[in-house]
Amino acid sequence: MPNSQMTPGVAPGRLPTETYSNNFADLHAPLDAHEAAVAADRCYFCYDAPCQTACPTEIDIPMFIRQISTGMVESAAATIFAQNILGGMCARVCPTETLCEEVCVREVAEGKPVEIGRLQRFATDKLMASGVHPFTRAAATGKKVAVVGAGPAGLACAHRLAMQGHDVVVMDGRAKAGGLNEYGIAAYKSVDDFAHREVDWLLQIGGITIEYGKRLGDGMSLVDLSAGYDAVFLAIGMGGVNALSADGDDLGGVVDAVDFISDLRQAGDMSKLAVGRNVVVIGGGMTAVDAAVQSKLLGADTVTMVYRRGKARMAASVYEQELATSKGVRIIYNAQPVAMHGEGAVNEAEFEYTSEADGALKGTGETVRIAADQVFLAIGQTLEGAPDGVAVERGKIMVDDAGRTSMKGVWAGGDCASGGDDLTVTAVAEGRDAAIDIHATLMA
Amino acid sequence: MADLTSNFIGIKSPNPFWLASAPPTDKEYNVRRAFEAGWGGVVWKTLGEEGPPVVNVNGPRYGAIFGADRRLLGLNNIELITDRPLRQNLEEIARVKKDYPDRAIIVSLMVPCEEEAWKTILPVVEATGADGIELNFGCPHGMAERGMGSAVGQVPEYIEMVTRWCKQYCSLPVIVKLTPNITDIRKPAEAAMRGGADAVSLINTINSITSVDLDAMSPEPMIDGKGTHGGYCGPAVKPIALNMVAEIARNAETAKLPISGIGGVTTWRDAAEFIALGCGNVQVCTAVMTYGFKIVEEMIAGLSQWMDEKGYTSVDQFVGMAVPNVTDWQYLNLNFITKAVINQDDCIKCGRCYAACEDTSHQAIEMSADRVFSVKDDECVACNLCVNVCPVDGCITMKELPAGEIDLRTGTAVTDEYGNWTAHPNNPSQSTCAPGAD
Ligand SMILES: Cc1cc2nc3c(=O)[nH]c(=O)nc-3n(C[C@H](O)[C@H](O)[C@H](O)COP(=O)(O)OP(=O)(O)OC[C@H]3O[C@@H](n4cnc5c(N)ncnc54)[C@H](O)[C@@H]3O)c2cc1C
Ligand SMILES: Cc1cc2nc3c(=O)[nH]c(=O)nc-3n(C[C@H](O)[C@H](O)[C@H](O)COP(=O)(O)O)c2cc1C
Ligand code: SF4
Repeated sequence: MPNSQMTPGVAPGRLPTETYSNNFADLHAPLDAHEAAVAADRCYFCYDAPCQTACPTEIDIPMFIRQISTGMVESAAATIFAQNILGGMCARVCPTETLCEEVCVREVAEGKPVEIGRLQRFATDKLMASGVHPFTRAAATGKKVAVVGAGPAGLACAHRLAMQGHDVVVMDGRAKAGGLNEYGIAAYKSVDDFAHREVDWLLQIGGITIEYGKRLGDGMSLVDLSAGYDAVFLAIGMGGVNALSADGDDLGGVVDAVDFISDLRQAGDMSKLAVGRNVVVIGGGMTAVDAAVQSKLLGADTVTMVYRRGKARMAASVYEQELATSKGVRIIYNAQPVAMHGEGAVNEAEFEYTSEADGALKGTGETVRIAADQVFLAIGQTLEGAPDGVAVERGKIMVDDAGRTSMKGVWAGGDCASGGDDLTVTAVAEGRDAAIDIHATLMA
Repeated sequence: MADLTSNFIGIKSPNPFWLASAPPTDKEYNVRRAFEAGWGGVVWKTLGEEGPPVVNVNGPRYGAIFGADRRLLGLNNIELITDRPLRQNLEEIARVKKDYPDRAIIVSLMVPCEEEAWKTILPVVEATGADGIELNFGCPHGMAERGMGSAVGQVPEYIEMVTRWCKQYCSLPVIVKLTPNITDIRKPAEAAMRGGADAVSLINTINSITSVDLDAMSPEPMIDGKGTHGGYCGPAVKPIALNMVAEIARNAETAKLPISGIGGVTTWRDAAEFIALGCGNVQVCTAVMTYGFKIVEEMIAGLSQWMDEKGYTSVDQFVGMAVPNVTDWQYLNLNFITKAVINQDDCIKCGRCYAACEDTSHQAIEMSADRVFSVKDDECVACNLCVNVCPVDGCITMKELPAGEIDLRTGTAVTDEYGNWTAHPNNPSQSTCAPGAD
């Protein structure tokens, strides 16, 4: 008998095969030309537009929307890419509801922002589909820069450096480029292997070599690297995860949400992926939401997200929370993990309710047990393997506004570096800006 | 990438986008910022004679009409020429020109129709280092009552006379700006040419009242309970301007006269259309007054993208390319037959095409019980109304019937022979006019 949502334990194929492609289709369908024209028409072309200020990469949003309105979609895309070379991915994954669209004057006036993210996707998709890469390299400078990490920060930095005429070597410990675009972002935000296609498109600039399976720290130190290159950019993200300090955290079925998501992103066939009948996700950020929603989409019968503080403190936006509940995820606020129960494998997760006074979290003494065949931990990522020689501050590599670390000739950006939110778009902005500073420094 | 550099009657600018003489070009502060934003040139706000400057009203000077979403479609104004002293303007012009030698600065002028007045002002303008002058024969309000502006522009003899003085007392290229408040635009253009003008620019604003305040019972903009006609401009006037440009471009007498196109230019496409109808460059006013200087970036990027797509490497390559295709009605091919086609995939089922055709045209659209709209080829006269009222661009198109196919409306076979009204049997004054002669 085939598996169903009710099959006990952890099992694959809980849903009819055809349901998977539906479940993991684009979260927001792309706009067609008519929809884009109507959406673009709503832009007021604001002066010193709030949306542009809110975008970490400061895309000239009114301009690209005007270019869509006037039928010049490729020019619109060029406007976007000039600021944000991963504008295609950002159009899919940016929490626009807390960035550009939140401050759109039409959101403020009517509660309906101009659909900036979807328009951005409309423009970038069109140019990328044509295979055109709108930038060319400046004359060769003879300088060589090493970039460690091929995530959004590393790629944005590498592209800008290549454009300025430098030669760039990007090293990444994994087998594919893209960082969390490839291994982390929810599958329904990056369908049809977009992360991979975007990297290929970006590399068309030329002058960038990617060395896969090469980790800084594994037989290669930062000092060695610095000696061999004119500059180094560190963009290693946050590879570690916080550990759960609760009884039973070593039981089978208790896993890191990022590992689950990474397996899911690399799975060719979702129906082959095992998921618990009852799933519990611990955490309140984007990772927790993504693990919960995707468990549900894989066919889990019940999915419960448990967050230790109140709704307002949750890192996932209201929009993300509503997305989760709309997919059938139950969210429990104000409960912290106490113990995982089970014989060999987990079958119940126990939580204690909490109350918050003056920011301090206190257990109330009352507990609750939730059936759980799988428990995903999404209680925060940490910097792992920061190289010797650079100062680390509050768990991140310390950088100044230009992305310079404490070590001469070494810059850092993205999730691994201090400053800015841990978002794709912020990583792109930091990578780009570090490249601009590296260029200025090398050419001085 | 396409080269947008422009050489209009010897005046060079990095692109063919100039700001028209109006508030955006009324002072150094504006013009510097316009140049920083990327505008290729400006026609400085019209200067008057030395002496106490004109005074403007101190209440509202603009009125407007709007499309959906309060999109400004037409603007009207009752502003006069510059109300700042002549000396100050001239000093500013000289300073800006010195700092922006690669940009075009044209000085717009309007002084009384007396030789002495022109003889006096021309040398001081020339001394600023400006690249040319534009004669404002267009302003329809305030100045016309004083015998200037459109009062001159409506009398071809005056245009010719003043133009001649300018060519005589000044070595700069002379552009004559025409008023559209006239029946036949070719007459003033011909007069300008006779006077020796290097180019004409058009259109200036159109006499208009945009609205009436129904409480005060006064036209808008209203000044203390009264209003007056103002000059109309913006996207709404583009069709009128395009036609006037085309009339001059296809008039044998003025065909070689360079034209600077003005009137409703808002996007790169508008500019390309003016150029295709014979303009060497374009001037913009209302669009920047609506959106700010920055729109020139879109115009530059859009025009170059389009030129790249078409394989044009310079603007000159398509100046006037559409002119040979502007003809008179009587020469249109009456044997060319099309039918409307509704693309069902694009149709959003609003029914506007149905209402338009059923109620006001030829009852050629069918509506099924489940709101599928289709064209009845036996009724469709191909008027295009459904295309124009459809909210989805490209959803309804006109399909040409190939030769040999039966037109279901007339029951006759389509011929590939050209046949116009001059030779049509129904024409009472049927002539033997050669097909295509125009
Ligand atoms: C599950 C999940 C969902 C998310 N969803 C969103 C979202 O919807 N929207 C959004 O804006 N943000 C989202 N984020 C955050 C976003 O993905 C990150 O902020 C962004 O990817 C950071 O980019 P980065 O380049 O700094 O690091 P990463 O993307 O983490 O890339 C780091 C790269 O460095 C490599 N690396 C690490 N250590 C070494 C080493 N020692 N040597 C060589 N290579 C190394 C890694 O293999 C990786 O390729 C999400 C994050 C997660 C975990
Ligand atoms: C407020 C205002 C003032 C104007 N003043 C002048 C002027 O001083 N001299 C002139 O030649 N044209 C003047 N014009 C006309 C413009 O230069 C231009 O010909 C006209 O507005 C049409 O172009 P547009 O549709 O791009 O606005 C003025 C227009 C406006 C809106
Ligand atoms: S990059 Fe993200 S924040 Fe910036 S405009 Fe695009 S969608 Fe908005």
